[in-house]
Amino acid sequence: MKYFRLILINARRSRRRTILTILGVAVALFLFCTLRTVMTSFRTALDVTDETRLVVRNATSIIFPLPYAYKDKIATIPGVVDVTWGNWFGGIYIDERNFFAQFAVDADTYFRIYPEIILDSESLESFRKERNACVVGTGLVRRFGWKVGDRIALKGTIFPGQWEFVIRGIYDGRTPDIDKNTFFFHYDYLEENSWMEGSVGFYVVKVENHTLASPVISAIDSRFTNSMAETTTETEEAFQLGFIRMLGNIELMIDAIGGAVIFTILLVTMNTMMMAGRERIKEIAVMKTLGFTDGLVSALILGEAAIIALVGGIIGCGLARIIYDLSGITLGGFVPSFVVRGWTIAIGIGISLLLGVISGLVPAILARRLRITEALRYVG
Amino acid sequence: MSASIVVELRGVKKIYHRDAIEVPVLDGIDLTVQEGEYFAMMGPSGSGKTTLLNLIGGIDTPTGGEVRVAGEEIGRLSEKQLAHWRSRHIGFIFQLYNLIPVLTAYQNVELPLYLTDLSKAERRDHTMAALEVVGLTSHNAHFPGELSGGQEQRVAIARAIVSDPTLLLADEPTGDLDAKSAGEILDLLDRLNHEFTKTIILVTHDRRAASRAHRMMRLDKGVLETADLAGAGG
Repeated sequence: MKYFRLILINARRSRRRTILTILGVAVALFLFCTLRTVMTSFRTALDVTDETRLVVRNATSIIFPLPYAYKDKIATIPGVVDVTWGNWFGGIYIDERNFFAQFAVDADTYFRIYPEIILDSESLESFRKERNACVVGTGLVRRFGWKVGDRIALKGTIFPGQWEFVIRGIYDGRTPDIDKNTFFFHYDYLEENSWMEGSVGFYVVKVENHTLASPVISAIDSRFTNSMAETTTETEEAFQLGFIRMLGNIELMIDAIGGAVIFTILLVTMNTMMMAGRERIKEIAVMKTLGFTDGLVSALILGEAAIIALVGGIIGCGLARIIYDLSGITLGGFVPSFVVRGWTIAIGIGISLLLGVISGLVPAILARRLRITEALRYVG
Repeated sequence: MSASIVVELRGVKKIYHRDAIEVPVLDGIDLTVQEGEYFAMMGPSGSGKTTLLNLIGGIDTPTGGEVRVAGEEIGRLSEKQLAHWRSRHIGFIFQLYNLIPVLTAYQNVELPLYLTDLSKAERRDHTMAALEVVGLTSHNAHFPGELSGGQEQRVAIARAIVSDPTLLLADEPTGDLDAKSAGEILDLLDRLNHEFTKTIILVTHDRRAASRAHRMMRLDKGVLETADLAGAGG
């Protein structure tokens, strides 16, 4: 396109200003992708939930345990095909910044109920045989450089003391969305070395099919009404959602921050384009004199603004993709799978394009309305 | 005979409005310029010379009367049609050159050709031909800031002629130049008129410049009067 060269020449006219504007847009779009990815990561955690899995916890709070004896009672409820249990550990690996999720689970049943966790049978067997064995995700392996056979020490917080583990398996996810940053170890090991004896943190119940979820939920909770530890049973999705809601209206907060960042950079880009337009009043008049139509000069200005913003957007979104995807950052383990989605990038680039067009709109309209005779007399 | 008329003004009036006050600039101008003619217009500052040139070039509109240029009654054209018309028929040469500072001499001259259907190679041929006419092919990669005033004006002339317009409008083309450079520019305009039979309307304060023309008229107080070329050489 012959006008593209003109647009590029004009964009390079004030290189420092153009570069700073591009960097501004890039930073804004990088932040946008980051914030959006926090949200998509939460949503992904919900998407990968199984409708046939229910989570049973203490009705008072998740921090209170449930009796181990509930296991057999739950298993007899019609529609239930499998039951497993576990507990949040909350240990510290070397430093608090190395946060990742740790669960004490039942080695025989847990991986059966979670088929999306891919662990080869040999590793599972090794894990089963050793009391202080653990299984870690590929994300943690990449993050800490661990390998099978490594000895890992966690400092307990809920369960005080120094906890020693040996890695006997590395799991992967069936799909990229599956969290690969979790640390699993034997429930028995936790039980033997803590006050958890005879109790569990939660149960995960597998029902025959998703239509049975609702009656099974009612049946479990009814079964333990008026007991010492009443239960709250919910689908896995509802349980995950509950965790997210504990953070408050995070989606609104993230959208508000993202919107503020984009709006701020819109003002900066608009100012840049207004300055660029003001500097070129006489040149625009000359171009009109030569026969460039009002529409064409407007389009050239809009094109310039759009290209500057687009380049910034591509850099910002591209950097987010490279940094987050290649480095395997998980925001300190706060979200399980921090992957910048293709459509997050598409939305980001769309926003940058829109940003450019909006910022170029005022100078484009002014250029369109510019009267040649007055502009030729303009002394800028 | 009418086929050879390039510019025809009939009763052209221009009144500017400054707040509530009407300022008449042109008062019923009649003018005819023939094809291939070199016509000069003189007059004191504020007499309306540039206004008249702008009306002929279709960058301003008259308050009354009729402006017919290159066979077109330009008052009837829309802004868009007028822009297309200008690109085909008018070549402007300004006193202060008005080159685009971020474009090289070559790119400045090529600019009007963006509005044509010419290929890149054809645009290059036309641009280099125009630069050759003004003697600046060797300076094609220079930016305006790297050229002297005379060279800048020659680039501006190359830009004005590159699309082979019907009419060249020169508004004080030597007004910002030293005597030597001014002489070169006037020689170039002579050559464009004689060798390339370009129709030229020159607005100038300079009697010596005006003396190069075939015909000269004087604009004063909004009225155009025939002037004597014999005394113009002054």
